[in-house]
Amino acid sequence: MVVASRKAAYHHKDGEMTETLVKKNMSASRTSAVPNYRGQQVELGRETVGNVRCANPFMVAENVNVFYGDNHAIKDVTLEIGKKEVIALIGPSGCGKSTFLRCLNRMNDSIESARVTGNISLDGGDIYDKTLDPVVLRARVGMVFQKPNPFPKSIYDNVAYGPRIHGLAGDRAELDDIVHRSLERAGLLKEVKDRLDDPGTSLSGGQQQRLCIARTIAVNPEVILMDEPCSALDPIATARIEDLMDELCEDYAIVIVTHSMQQAARVSRRVAYFHLGYLVEVDDTDKVFTNPHHKLTEDYITGRIG
Amino acid sequence: MPNQMTSRARVEAGLSRRKRKEKIFRASGLLATAIGILFLGIFFSTLVAKGASAFVQTYLLLDVELTAETIAPGGELDLEYADFDGLVRTALRNNFPELSGRNDRRELNRLLSVGAGFQVRDLVVANPDLIGTTQEIWVPAASNVDMLMKGNIDATVDESLRNLSDRQIRWIDTLDQAGRVDLRLNKALFTNGDSREPELAGIRGAMMGSFFMLVVTIALAFPVGVAAAIYLEEFAPKNRWSDLVEVNINNLAAVPSIVFGLLGLAVFINWMGLPRSAPLVGGLVLALLTLPVIIIASRAAIKAVPPSIREAALGLGASKMQVVFHHVMPLAMPGMLTGAIIGMSRALGESAPLLMIGMIAFIVDVPGGFTDPATALPVQIYLWADSPERAFAERTSAAIIVLLAFLLLMNLAAVILRRRMERRW
Repeated sequence: MVVASRKAAYHHKDGEMTETLVKKNMSASRTSAVPNYRGQQVELGRETVGNVRCANPFMVAENVNVFYGDNHAIKDVTLEIGKKEVIALIGPSGCGKSTFLRCLNRMNDSIESARVTGNISLDGGDIYDKTLDPVVLRARVGMVFQKPNPFPKSIYDNVAYGPRIHGLAGDRAELDDIVHRSLERAGLLKEVKDRLDDPGTSLSGGQQQRLCIARTIAVNPEVILMDEPCSALDPIATARIEDLMDELCEDYAIVIVTHSMQQAARVSRRVAYFHLGYLVEVDDTDKVFTNPHHKLTEDYITGRIG
Repeated sequence: MPNQMTSRARVEAGLSRRKRKEKIFRASGLLATAIGILFLGIFFSTLVAKGASAFVQTYLLLDVELTAETIAPGGELDLEYADFDGLVRTALRNNFPELSGRNDRRELNRLLSVGAGFQVRDLVVANPDLIGTTQEIWVPAASNVDMLMKGNIDATVDESLRNLSDRQIRWIDTLDQAGRVDLRLNKALFTNGDSREPELAGIRGAMMGSFFMLVVTIALAFPVGVAAAIYLEEFAPKNRWSDLVEVNINNLAAVPSIVFGLLGLAVFINWMGLPRSAPLVGGLVLALLTLPVIIIASRAAIKAVPPSIREAALGLGASKMQVVFHHVMPLAMPGMLTGAIIGMSRALGESAPLLMIGMIAFIVDVPGGFTDPATALPVQIYLWADSPERAFAERTSAAIIVLLAFLLLMNLAAVILRRRMERRW
């Protein structure tokens, strides 16, 4: 039925795909079977299994659809992200978890063919509101990327960049303070405090990623999005980042996309499983990993781990 | 196992063929490089062989009597009255007391450059104390003497086939034996404007013309080109219109340069009424010419900035403009500058469009500004190459050497700038 909905989209290639059509596709495809990672057909079910709601919602996505041109990448996803909680988005490659993550701070805006429908709110305010500048949103919802991407500037300037452009520091002393505190929080200060003027790119991969985290928290965001932050790192650097996430979640909500189920199990409180653009199952981490309710989730988890 | 063996055998069987192919490819590559270097070598060696002699010039040492009654009758230097040419001619004639006839004198005087008198005049004007004394002065010889000294006039052929008579050659020999003929550094080449007399012609005027033109070109083409590249690459929506613009810019880079000259003639001179032969107009035309080159190079440089840097900045909440000016521009700058300098090199070497806007005129005065009539180095080369005097041939080569030296300098600057500004990520 995925094929069928693709076809429907194809026929409407010329005009804008209307939302009603999207909804029709959704309801049609949701009832049908989709292939699991072995190619077996599995019933998807009408609703996301588990509990998409949470006790203390901070970011709420309602019926979010994302299209890249004619490609329907995210299909009717509803998910709540709680205050100061770590939620992991897992799923096979191409399932849309990164796409969903990028919706949360409107990074998809820069992709011309991308179109987002539905509703996403941050602390009650619609983030796709026409009057809202994404600059403000991104200062509140920071992002750490898959590959460490420090600016080709000094370590100090890397961390100071965010506060500088947002005018967070009144004077040099205040900026110094922000930089030091952010590096401290990212667990990097000890290693770099004598060489803040060295280029950020001279650090090792794990240090670079922590520098990127320091850079993100220097702006003092409310939510941190992490897109496979450890996939380019060795296990020791990974462990350091995971420890860091444990500390950071005291202050920030963290949404992490990961391919490592062990990592999801270690760092997150809740887990959301995506499959072919659908949000299949959301629940507390231990419930998902010990007792997944949906066949697709179970297949994925056991297939990978077992 | 047998299957594995056969595939291994096949690989080994094909190995020699592969190696042969690789050898042939490498050999042909080497050959192509060698041919390129050979041609370059021929080009440079003939150029230097022909042009090097233009950097020296034959001078005659004369004992010039700066008699007060000839140049300063009233006790003071009187430039309107003073006959410096006469002084120099007298000084030359003093070496040949046996000559008396009018024709003899005229023939002897032809050994001197018309610039000889001016040189003495300049000397006296700079130092009036010399009036009344006799000075040993090196004055430029006529270009035919120069050519004889450099071996470009064959003294063994029949008298009617050369520009110097047998008697003139004898006189020169006499002077030479007296140590009064010498090849000295040709300062005129770098300090004078164009001239009908080869020994007085210099490239100063053309160099200044080229300089003023390039100033206009870079001041106009670089900011406009970079701004256009940034807009097209970072801000413009990707649609049919931007595709059209892109195709047209690429086409513009391939438009023959003479067409730009015609455009300059029609728009800048005929319609806007700007002066003819002016570096200002030349610069405008060359700016149009280099604009597509700079846009294309700058766009390539902007494209080469890794998207991860843009994402990082966007993710921190930088606005589109901050991303461009804080991150993309600094990283793309080496590439942009390289493009600009390569565009400038092309502009410096361009002559066809300048012909259309009147910069091919014979201009003696060194231009002092953007609207003074001027010519440019490549056009000067063309003008000299077109001149019949034998001595202009070596000057043509010398001017080419100077032009190439400037191009080399500019390209060197491009390399150094790129090295210094390049940052790794």
